[in-house]
Amino acid sequence: MPQTEYVGISQVSGPFILLEDAGRDAFYGELVDVRVPGGGASRRGRIVSLSEKATLVQVFSGTDGLIPSETRVRLLNRTLEVQLSPSILGRTFNGLGEPADGCGPVFGGKRVDSNGMPLNPMARQYPKDFIHTGISAIDTLTTLIRGQKLPIFSGNGLPHNQLAVQIATQARLMGSENFAVVFAGIGIKHDDAEFLTRELSEKGRTNNVVTYLNLADDPVIERIATPRMALSAAEYMAYELGLHVLVIITDMTSYCEAVRELGVAAGEVPSRKGYPAYLYSDLASLYERAGVVRGLNGSVTQLPILTMPNDDITHPIPDLTGFITEGQIVLSRDLDGKGIYPPIDVLTSLSRLMKDGIGHGFTRDDHPNLASQLFASYSHVQDVRSLAGVVGEDELSKADKQSITFGDFFENRFLKQGKDEDREIGQSLDMGWDILSTLPKGDLTRVSLDEIKAHIKD
Amino acid sequence: MESKIKPEENESRIGAVSMINGPVIHAVSMKNFAMREMVHVGESRLLGEIIRMDGDEATIQVYEETQGMRVGERVIGSGESLSVSLGPGLIGGFFDGIGRPLSALLEKEGRYISPGIEAPMIAPDRMWNVTPMVSVGDMVSSGTLLGTVQETELTLHRIICPLDIEGEVIWITPQGNVSSGGIIAKVKNALGRAVDVPLTQRWPVRTPRPYRERLLPNEPLVTGQRVIDGLFPLAKGGTAAIPGGFGTGKTVTQHQLAKWSEAQVVVYIGCGERGNEMTDVLEQFPVLEDPRSGRPLMERTILIANTSNMPVAAREASIYTGITIAEYFRDMGYDVALMADSTSRWAEALREISGRLEEIPAEEGFPAYLPSRLAEFYERAGRVVTQYGENGSVSIIGAVSPPGGDFTEPVTRHTKRFIRCFWGLDKNLANARHFPAISWIESYSEYASEVEEWFQGNIDSRWGELREKARAILLEDEKIQQVIRLVGEDVLPDEQRLVNYTAFLVKNGYLQQAAFGSDSYSPPEKGFAILDMIMHFYDRGLELVRQGVPISLIRENNAVEEITHLREFSAEDKSSFDRALKRLDNHLNRVGSERTREQEGIK
Repeated sequence: MPQTEYVGISQVSGPFILLEDAGRDAFYGELVDVRVPGGGASRRGRIVSLSEKATLVQVFSGTDGLIPSETRVRLLNRTLEVQLSPSILGRTFNGLGEPADGCGPVFGGKRVDSNGMPLNPMARQYPKDFIHTGISAIDTLTTLIRGQKLPIFSGNGLPHNQLAVQIATQARLMGSENFAVVFAGIGIKHDDAEFLTRELSEKGRTNNVVTYLNLADDPVIERIATPRMALSAAEYMAYELGLHVLVIITDMTSYCEAVRELGVAAGEVPSRKGYPAYLYSDLASLYERAGVVRGLNGSVTQLPILTMPNDDITHPIPDLTGFITEGQIVLSRDLDGKGIYPPIDVLTSLSRLMKDGIGHGFTRDDHPNLASQLFASYSHVQDVRSLAGVVGEDELSKADKQSITFGDFFENRFLKQGKDEDREIGQSLDMGWDILSTLPKGDLTRVSLDEIKAHIKD
Repeated sequence: MESKIKPEENESRIGAVSMINGPVIHAVSMKNFAMREMVHVGESRLLGEIIRMDGDEATIQVYEETQGMRVGERVIGSGESLSVSLGPGLIGGFFDGIGRPLSALLEKEGRYISPGIEAPMIAPDRMWNVTPMVSVGDMVSSGTLLGTVQETELTLHRIICPLDIEGEVIWITPQGNVSSGGIIAKVKNALGRAVDVPLTQRWPVRTPRPYRERLLPNEPLVTGQRVIDGLFPLAKGGTAAIPGGFGTGKTVTQHQLAKWSEAQVVVYIGCGERGNEMTDVLEQFPVLEDPRSGRPLMERTILIANTSNMPVAAREASIYTGITIAEYFRDMGYDVALMADSTSRWAEALREISGRLEEIPAEEGFPAYLPSRLAEFYERAGRVVTQYGENGSVSIIGAVSPPGGDFTEPVTRHTKRFIRCFWGLDKNLANARHFPAISWIESYSEYASEVEEWFQGNIDSRWGELREKARAILLEDEKIQQVIRLVGEDVLPDEQRLVNYTAFLVKNGYLQQAAFGSDSYSPPEKGFAILDMIMHFYDRGLELVRQGVPISLIRENNAVEEITHLREFSAEDKSSFDRALKRLDNHLNRVGSERTREQEGIK
């Protein structure tokens, strides 16, 4: 089909341009090229609303410098697509999926619509395979499962990037080594991008790293496309190349802000804190692209990172994310302040899929009850600490003092570990029992009597 | 395209797309269409529903992704409003929000759901062994049992004469196979015309199915969850809401109820939630056994899923699809339990569509008609005398996902007005992994007194008494906790420390229940036995405390600590409970007699 070109637009407003009388030729969601003669490279845009008279186009790289009467808009007769072939492994692309490493275009393979399509829930396989990360707090208490979407809720200045790198480089998928990493940077700082790409490619067990980068000073609207590019690549690598793909997306907060900016510019009725009402559905269309498909070898595991504005977990971004993802790993400024790395706040952290991926036949039989007991006992530590804050530690009862000791052991021995320290799951579980033995047995209500006999010496 | 148009679709019933904005489109030449009519939109025949009409122009919400659609594509009417097929073949089925069977879509199109794909809700060529229940010459009307099909070992499907058919049977199928698309009887109506009675009926989802009269819900829906059956029971035909922030265990609780509720049919709606959760149900239910019959749970379950990444308009429809199926089984005289996870996603779908229609929003962007829609939905629950003459019920359990876990937001607040059983999930309990994290302070059940009689007649005459006692101790403990937080436990008088410790036993030994393993289903008898033991400890402990025995002597003993492990015993294992009680009594007797001896020694 020939590509139709229009000269002249009638309105420019924020990232949107209005095109008249293109209604009969264009289709909803179509990609367009926008260009001003002599005005530099062409820009990409997408049709977001369409009627016979007026066509609204959202321009990815902004509308600065567009001269309405001279602007040319060409309908490209396709949607926002990404070029995929086995040769993308090891490559770096920009936020719109164009090569950014000077190695030329991607040849061969196929083009797919970056929006993906909803997976039939019947085609899914329930994720059950334990991923070893070598981090006690994660392996024991918020177990990562192959095909899971488990975000890291962090705050500015917390070591989320370090943790993501440690997970990505230490992750071992039991029984398989065909492992790859897709890294999507959305609105991230140059320094962070540099750190992450260097660490991932140098320390990693794999050269299979594909990077999509939209940096902090890149066009905001492109951020909408970046995670979709990365996830399309991940799905391709998983379901067609048979790889187990770990997708690290950072920072989802920048993504949501871009969605808000676009929504406000389009004059939509805002919902909470100015975010559009469809933010939930929009985020779901990204997060739900994790999983394991019945009958196929690969898998997509997502580890999105978001910085909670003002460390507020009830802010719409972490809140909506938590409702969609299968748990969350929450980092705590308190623990970070105490010098504990990784500063994982285990009480608010959660892995929804761990129940089926741990215990008999997966990790160790005592794992589920032990985890539950550690949660219960550490949760009690918080109550005792607040009491100690009022009456002073010396006034505490014997049982409460034992609880305080347990809390210190939990944080300084169990949680705390080196940036390169890789602990076996058995080792982490034994440490768990070890610190529990500081508590009176009557407090251990979550583990069975037999387990107490087996693991705690009198 | 021409071949796809059916003969009745003449020129006056074809419109044209004039504007596209996400799932909302406008079409012109629509004046011969009906409000709420289902239409096929565009070249790929996407399903849509007319939601507003203005002269020649109609606004249509499209149930599928509209990317790729062009202005001018045609809109074709279907002649009916959004409807579902009701008949044998539903049980064990897995449907999307508008009733398309996901298994058929998987076979047809592979792992992705592509727009415009169609498949009949029940394959018309599936054969069923029908046993006729009427003979030629019988007079039948709405509610007459025409025949039965043993659909699964657990479900006898009753084919009941639909609402609009009345007259004399002039033909009835003999015992034997009838296809889902076939007819089971011909009835001569008052006008002398022969009317076919199909095995599979159609029903518009937004219209409640009729019944004869409503009954009071005074029988409990036993759920096998101690905190629910014991403290905040739900009645058959009742309504309950489970609100909770993320990670508080809404979905696990819903799954538990779907697994163990004493209902003959369970309809589970995954509305705007995770795909993997539906897969979980799909993998578990065929393996898990119904504790009462020993048959796979899937033989009584119907799943409806519109996961969060599926089109938003179909999410709005999924609730109605589910409740209509539930009512259909109710009409056969069954107790049906419907779980909707989550009603907040449904409300948000309403909000999203409303926003695209540029309606004036009420609270937090939700449309002003949100409360009336919620009321319409929950009022479709109830225990009724059906047209067929038997008692049937639909119980609704709706999960609510309040943003930030704040129960004052509009969906939770309005839901509370229309339900009678509130199981509030508590973030702190969830953080301590106390599951189910149903708060014993915030929750309530208006059915508690109505169903008490049943429990007293069927489980134990002291049921109500123990329930009151347990609640009183939990409430008193809540006050004591506040004191402890300020000054510590040691300064409290022993009587209060006993209350505090008994509450600890109730929470850890009784209320807490793992979703997996042998304790997952706890029959009321077992829960009662545990609570009885705890209250026995409290009563005797109180006597001892009053005699001046220090609390530490009373509680620091294996026999007492073991109370928190009673739930590890199976319900049938009465001897273990008896042995534990004996050990407890021995310990308390010993402590008591030592005290007496001490006092005598002093004298």
